[in-house]
Amino acid sequence: MTSIRPYLTVFRMRFVLMLQYRAAAIAGFGTQCWWGFIKVMVFAAFFRSSSAHQPMNFAEAVTYVWLGQAFLALLPWLSDPDIAQMVASGNVAYERLRPLDTYFFWYARAMAWMIARALPRALMMFAFACVVVPLFGMGDWRLRLPATPEAAVLFVGAIAVTVMLSSAMVMFLNLGCVITLSERGVNSLVVPFVLILSGNIVPLPFFPNWMQPLLFAQPFAGLVDIPYRIYFGGLTGWIAFAGIAQMLAWTLVLGFAGRRALSAVMNHLQVQGG
Amino acid sequence: MNAFQLYRRYIGASLRAQMQYPGSFLMMAAGEFIVTFTEFFGVWALFRRFGQIRGWTFAEIALFYGTINVSFAIADAISRGFDVFGPQFVKTGNFDRLLVRPRATILQLLGYELRLTRIGRLAQGVIVLAIATHLLGIGWDARKLALLAAAVAGGIALFVGILILQATLAFWTIESLEIANTLTYGGVEAAQYPLDIYSRWFRDFLIFVVPIGCVGYFPIVRILGHRAPIPAPGWILDATPLCGIIFLLIALRVWRLGVRHYTSTGT
Repeated sequence: MTSIRPYLTVFRMRFVLMLQYRAAAIAGFGTQCWWGFIKVMVFAAFFRSSSAHQPMNFAEAVTYVWLGQAFLALLPWLSDPDIAQMVASGNVAYERLRPLDTYFFWYARAMAWMIARALPRALMMFAFACVVVPLFGMGDWRLRLPATPEAAVLFVGAIAVTVMLSSAMVMFLNLGCVITLSERGVNSLVVPFVLILSGNIVPLPFFPNWMQPLLFAQPFAGLVDIPYRIYFGGLTGWIAFAGIAQMLAWTLVLGFAGRRALSAVMNHLQVQGG
Repeated sequence: MNAFQLYRRYIGASLRAQMQYPGSFLMMAAGEFIVTFTEFFGVWALFRRFGQIRGWTFAEIALFYGTINVSFAIADAISRGFDVFGPQFVKTGNFDRLLVRPRATILQLLGYELRLTRIGRLAQGVIVLAIATHLLGIGWDARKLALLAAAVAGGIALFVGILILQATLAFWTIESLEIANTLTYGGVEAAQYPLDIYSRWFRDFLIFVVPIGCVGYFPIVRILGHRAPIPAPGWILDATPLCGIIFLLIALRVWRLGVRHYTSTGT
């Protein structure tokens, strides 16, 4: 890697391009508000049904739900559609001709794609769940602010690592797409595991206690569970730092393994189309 | 050739096409199965923590969950043509070709694809129903089976109706809008729990506007013999799945309105 400039350029181009899709962002936002309400109402009903001690209280569970809706685009949902199209058309062969590191080049694109989709949605969702929801008299159902200023700072750091981690996972989906020449099968097999193991379906602390150490250590926890628990003060002090360190470690491991695998695959690249 | 024979011909072609990629098909069907299974696992985890939800047990929830997933899996499998209508037919102008053929547009779109991968969700729904039957010890007599069949039939009609409305919207918006997912996937998510756990406005919406409650909640309450949720005679509750059919008929009327409004994009 001689210079970082080409990678920054592709990042900026993709970012600006993706910000153009305003209609998609607004439609997605509407969907996520609706979805958030369903989840919040289910939690409200559960919490009213039992007085047993829970791993998080109702306000924290609601915050977890809204953060999940705000940062939904940070999950590795699918391989980069542009890469999938390159593979389908055979244009992926051109990537071999660039005097660049393909892994970092694609990684920068994936990251820009992710941030540009997440940013407007997250801003709208914060405005909605923090401000609009209480205005409609649903104060119990609002998104709370971070527990403490320290939690806020740690959360920003954690979410930044989430973006890096999730981009490394998208790179694995890209890799699967290049190997199988189709993005559909790989995506549909990986996503269910992402959803359940990240905490997107149910916050991880609600799973049985004996699973907790395993759930905390696995790579998908860094996509949702660790940053959100840092946000509402569920993880503090050394445990919060351990969580962020875990995320960084997985990012490095996945990035290193992904880069090696991609260069192996690209050396024996099968190209279709003409 | 009558409509039914033609539909069979369409579906035969669609199935052969999907079987050209058996690996992709298997992965996607497995993915469907796993994704619905993990959701159910999440519900189980919550019940393990909370014990019950507003007096309903895990086994009872399984019955709601299984029924709505079976309905949606079938509706989603047959309505692919409506789901992709915006990008595949309106934007490309392909809808013009459907209009010049001497057959109903609805039939041609139903014949567009029978999505086999939905068998993953269907299988999961059936398994969850079996679990619920086992846990609750439901004796499936003729009346209960008829109620379940009516709930599923009404549910299929309702979801097909929603997808037809989504497609109709594309006449104006060209693109397909993700917002329809709130009613399909969001509807499934909501109907997995009994309606009485929700706030009033949401419950009323799911009964009177998009009658998902009528094709899941009411008939299942009747199957379970649970306390009557509203002071209405039993036969009215038994008949509620008809609302799904009525919704479909209304959706078809709106569709015809949309077709009349259609102007080709000219591509």
